[in-house]
Amino acid sequence: MTHEPEVHTIICLRCPRGCEVAVHVDSEGVVSEVSGNGCKLGVQYVTQEVRDPRRILPTTVRVRGGTHPLVAVWTPEPIPRGRLLELARATREIVVDAPVADGQVILKDWMHLGIDLVASGAVDVAS
Amino acid sequence: MTRDADYDVVVIGGGPAGLAAAIAARKAGADRVLVIERNSEAGGILPQCIHNGFGAIVFGQDLPGPQYALRYSRMAAAEGVQIMLDTFVVEISNERDVYAMSSHGGYVHFRPRAIVLAMGCRERTRAQIRLPGTRAAGVFTAGTVQRLVNIEGYMPGRRFAVLGSGDIGMIMARRLAIEGAEVVGVYELLPYLTGLRRNYVQCLSDYEIPLHLSMTVTNIFGKERVEGIEVSKVDEKLQPIPGTEQAIACDALLLSVGLIPENELSRQIGIEIDPRTSGPRVDSSMATSVPGIFAAGNVTGIYDLVDYVSKAGEVAGYEAAKFAAGVQIATSTNAASDRPAEETLASGAVRVTPGENVGTIIPQLLKVAAGQAERYVTIRPRALIERRVRVSFLDGEREVYGFWETYARPAEMMVHKVDARFSDAIGAVQSRQLEVVIR
Repeated sequence: MTHEPEVHTIICLRCPRGCEVAVHVDSEGVVSEVSGNGCKLGVQYVTQEVRDPRRILPTTVRVRGGTHPLVAVWTPEPIPRGRLLELARATREIVVDAPVADGQVILKDWMHLGIDLVASGAVDVAS
Repeated sequence: MTRDADYDVVVIGGGPAGLAAAIAARKAGADRVLVIERNSEAGGILPQCIHNGFGAIVFGQDLPGPQYALRYSRMAAAEGVQIMLDTFVVEISNERDVYAMSSHGGYVHFRPRAIVLAMGCRERTRAQIRLPGTRAAGVFTAGTVQRLVNIEGYMPGRRFAVLGSGDIGMIMARRLAIEGAEVVGVYELLPYLTGLRRNYVQCLSDYEIPLHLSMTVTNIFGKERVEGIEVSKVDEKLQPIPGTEQAIACDALLLSVGLIPENELSRQIGIEIDPRTSGPRVDSSMATSVPGIFAAGNVTGIYDLVDYVSKAGEVAGYEAAKFAAGVQIATSTNAASDRPAEETLASGAVRVTPGENVGTIIPQLLKVAAGQAERYVTIRPRALIERRVRVSFLDGEREVYGFWETYARPAEMMVHKVDARFSDAIGAVQSRQLEVVIR
């Protein structure tokens, strides 16, 4: 499959600096040139971004019997950007029992996509 | 009233600055270190900041806020820091008397050898920006909504508008979208984004939330509950332009319009406040103008990244422990502890003042500092300059020290590590006064 060569301008999300990176994609869909990046991470980021943009989802899930009604969760590995809201909807239905430890896997291999939802906070059992 | 004069260091506030200060104080040899926290858990604002983006500098990892807070709480426990929760400090004297209250401990008094102020900041409210309109329910600060949604588990609206494009505003816009609410738009008075560009991409653009620059809210409608707002374009002087009004239907308005250092206690003590930062004027040791009282974090001025708040806390805690080690147990009113401040000035402290394109500088008094804690000078630009800029420390017209930055943005604090070259340059300044400019 061939396309016209394209230049994308992408704001790198790897650090707070937010470099504006120009990415040249050739007719084969291969990244041929990267400019405007402040560091090597920028090349990695934009190469991934033109092929398969991914983001981290931070959200919460309900906790039953805890000191707090919610616990913070996240996807430690970025997930396909197009599935963010789908996973967000799924997490709104989840209820876990206290105690919840940080690092505890709340949802394993969601939709067989290799995506884990992991607790980033901790909740004790209500006394 | 109980009286306990035997703490080396008492830290006011158990957020990231306070916890880092307490840990550093213990590591520097302070025996008894107490953190007084008004909330029922430590960590400050971090437990409700469930997004990632914390820890890159301190831990070399990208962590969500609750995780960052837990790491510090655990380090504090491991170092033997005592934390008094649900306790409110009502007064501090300039001789380091600390008066606090709680429902479990009553009214308590401490006279520690050193104090670290780490009270953080508060959000600017509707009243402070004189937002017109009805008093209908549904107008919230972004942090209030963050607490309701992330900690308490309530959704305070269905269709939100956001005023202010700071990071908290954009992060909350995304948060509400993730929870299924509609976010009709983010309105920014200034002609540019006031938060980080990465947050524009990952919070607004990814979730198709529109950003409207040079616009503000000029009215709020609704009797019991917000039913809508009116937004207007603004001119170069940031004044609404008549005839540009648009009505927007929404049931909640989120305000992300700035943070203010929390310094009621500092003012009561009589500590010198820098009118630019609205926080205590501090030196390279994070010492305030009152001997034995140190300050770090958002209480001294607003930081962008929690990692640097922790770093500043480390300096304050380390210095507080050193100060405490040199102070005799305070038995009655003694002025012996006045000496260190005089030494500070005598040993060649240089006052830095903001010049062209510079908003704020922390610390305001630079001195050649010894010790283990990493030290930084932070500079917040006042102008948006999208090209390479030179940051210069000027003695009159002469640059005694300087460095290049790829750009200057008010949204991004410049953080510059203090190294030997910098210290040497400061040590050689005769006039004791430097102006910092960005050109």
